[in-house]
Amino acid sequence: MYLATGAFGALGAALAVWPLIDSMNPAADTLALSTIEADLSAVETGQRITVKWRGSPVFIDRRTDKQLQEAEAVDVSRLRDPQTDAERVIKPEWLVLVGICTHLGCVPLGQKPTDDRGDWGGWFCPCHGSHYDTSGRIRKGPAPTNLVVPVYEFLDDSTVKIG
Amino acid sequence: MAAPTMNNRMIKWFDDRLPIFTFMHHELHEYPTPKNLSYWWNFGSLAGIMLVVMIVTGIVLAMHYTADANLAFGSVERIMRDVNYGWLLRYIHSNGGSMFFIVVYIHVFRGLYYGSYKSPREVLWWLGIIILLLMMATAFMGYVLPWGQMSFWGATVITNLFSAIPLVGDSIVTWLWGGFSVDDPTLNRFFSLHYLLPFVIVGVVVLHLWALHVHGSNNPKGIDMKGPQDSIPFHPYYTVKDLFGAALFFVVYAVFIFFFPDYLGHPDNYIPANPLVTPAHIVPEWYFLPFYAVLRAFDFDIWFMPAKLLGVIAMFASILVLFVLPWLDTSRVRSGTFRPVFKWFFIILIIDCVVLGYVGAKAPNDPLIASQESVQAANDEYNACVAKADAAGKNGEEECDKPFFVQYVHLGQLTTAYYFFHFLLLLPILGRTERTLPLPTSISEPVTKGGAGAGQ
Repeated sequence: MYLATGAFGALGAALAVWPLIDSMNPAADTLALSTIEADLSAVETGQRITVKWRGSPVFIDRRTDKQLQEAEAVDVSRLRDPQTDAERVIKPEWLVLVGICTHLGCVPLGQKPTDDRGDWGGWFCPCHGSHYDTSGRIRKGPAPTNLVVPVYEFLDDSTVKIG
Repeated sequence: MAAPTMNNRMIKWFDDRLPIFTFMHHELHEYPTPKNLSYWWNFGSLAGIMLVVMIVTGIVLAMHYTADANLAFGSVERIMRDVNYGWLLRYIHSNGGSMFFIVVYIHVFRGLYYGSYKSPREVLWWLGIIILLLMMATAFMGYVLPWGQMSFWGATVITNLFSAIPLVGDSIVTWLWGGFSVDDPTLNRFFSLHYLLPFVIVGVVVLHLWALHVHGSNNPKGIDMKGPQDSIPFHPYYTVKDLFGAALFFVVYAVFIFFFPDYLGHPDNYIPANPLVTPAHIVPEWYFLPFYAVLRAFDFDIWFMPAKLLGVIAMFASILVLFVLPWLDTSRVRSGTFRPVFKWFFIILIIDCVVLGYVGAKAPNDPLIASQESVQAANDEYNACVAKADAAGKNGEEECDKPFFVQYVHLGQLTTAYYFFHFLLLLPILGRTERTLPLPTSISEPVTKGGAGAGQ
């Protein structure tokens, strides 16, 4: 009897608390901003641009042939988070990445030509020293996984929709 | 304990209905306190004073502050420039955080040295740790409110810690943020909680004092009071001593407020938050640096646990280990005064914590001893060697010897290991093996030979 009353009370309390907890999850208007379109027509080969998606930077990199070769030449079995370059792109020339270090969420350097791009010429996170290669894969440092590739599609040759 | 005599009939009338005057007389006036407390025992009341200072200035600051990602930075600048005495209130509050922590850390280490966590004061000790954890949460959220670069990126790095939790980590982080990055919803809830938690701390402080008054203060000798000869009433003896200490403390506090108001802060926090640019070097406030060093000490995986999770576990463990400290320290002697070996290890522990703080302020992969130039040269040579071997069709990373330099992270690993060694291995063993010095028979005995102890 005590048990039944207690269980019923606990269930009721949990149900009453749930709206309070769930209200802290992203609100409808926050969720509504979850896709953006980026214009790629002005991006030159070798240029990297940053667009903002869901409050976070997204890196779009029009890679040079050299960068592409470096990314494809890697022995995948030696990587911490093994992925071939082909698995990470739709069109090999265009690399699209969420610009958030998978360690603790800093924005890696490398978008500007003058930035330190790390030992593999991709991106370098200044916070705790993670190095990413020209495919955005983790090569050295504390980050556990590769830079995330967001869901995206090419609407036409010069427009990409992210999200 | 008899009720105090009350001459004022109004007070007596009230006290008969709610005995608050009797209560205050018992707990603040006649409350028997060991007569040998040193100045190390001032820091508890100083912490209480700081809590009041922080709440009072915080309430007034909240009247001028706007919790909105677009307006927060500007509203803090307005407090600094336009609000009457706004600069003073803000500097009292921002430096007050540092002062609160220094006082509390001294208070904690006082307890560690004199064995104030030992029976029968374990619950008192636990409540103190809970206060410390609440203070850390409050300070962290308060630091986010000005919405500068360090606010934003500190919040990003610390909330991302929770993503290390297996399976549900990412959902928890999204829930904490109320979005997909630190943004307006995050700022608003941090403000809400930053306002709430100090009052929770007040509640736990009441419990802390309640637990304190059950068995009374520990003392530098670490032995129990054996009778009225060993104690003096709290008022006026310790009220005066606490006030004197507070006066000296406020001098130091005022020097920071009026002469070095931003010394303990970070200049990057005067740049408005920018989600697209990370500052070159994210560092927390000084009082979190040792924990930050522990967090970053793990740059390697163990079995199935990734480095990131290990760092987070170690960081929380560094505080949670204090909860079991009363049982880890097996020595039956409370005070470090009578523990000749423990005394030295205690000093090493303090040095260890200071070094951890120093490491926490540095970039982890910077060389500790070698110069930047020599490291750069060796790395260039290594990269050239790898490129050459790769070009020759060999595996360059295996062919070439990677240059090794002692980095700050290595010092962090050493000091983190020592920290846990102290609590988990040293204290249990030391308590059983150490030859302690003879304890005096009473608090009075060392001063007046044959005092209270012999007199009984």
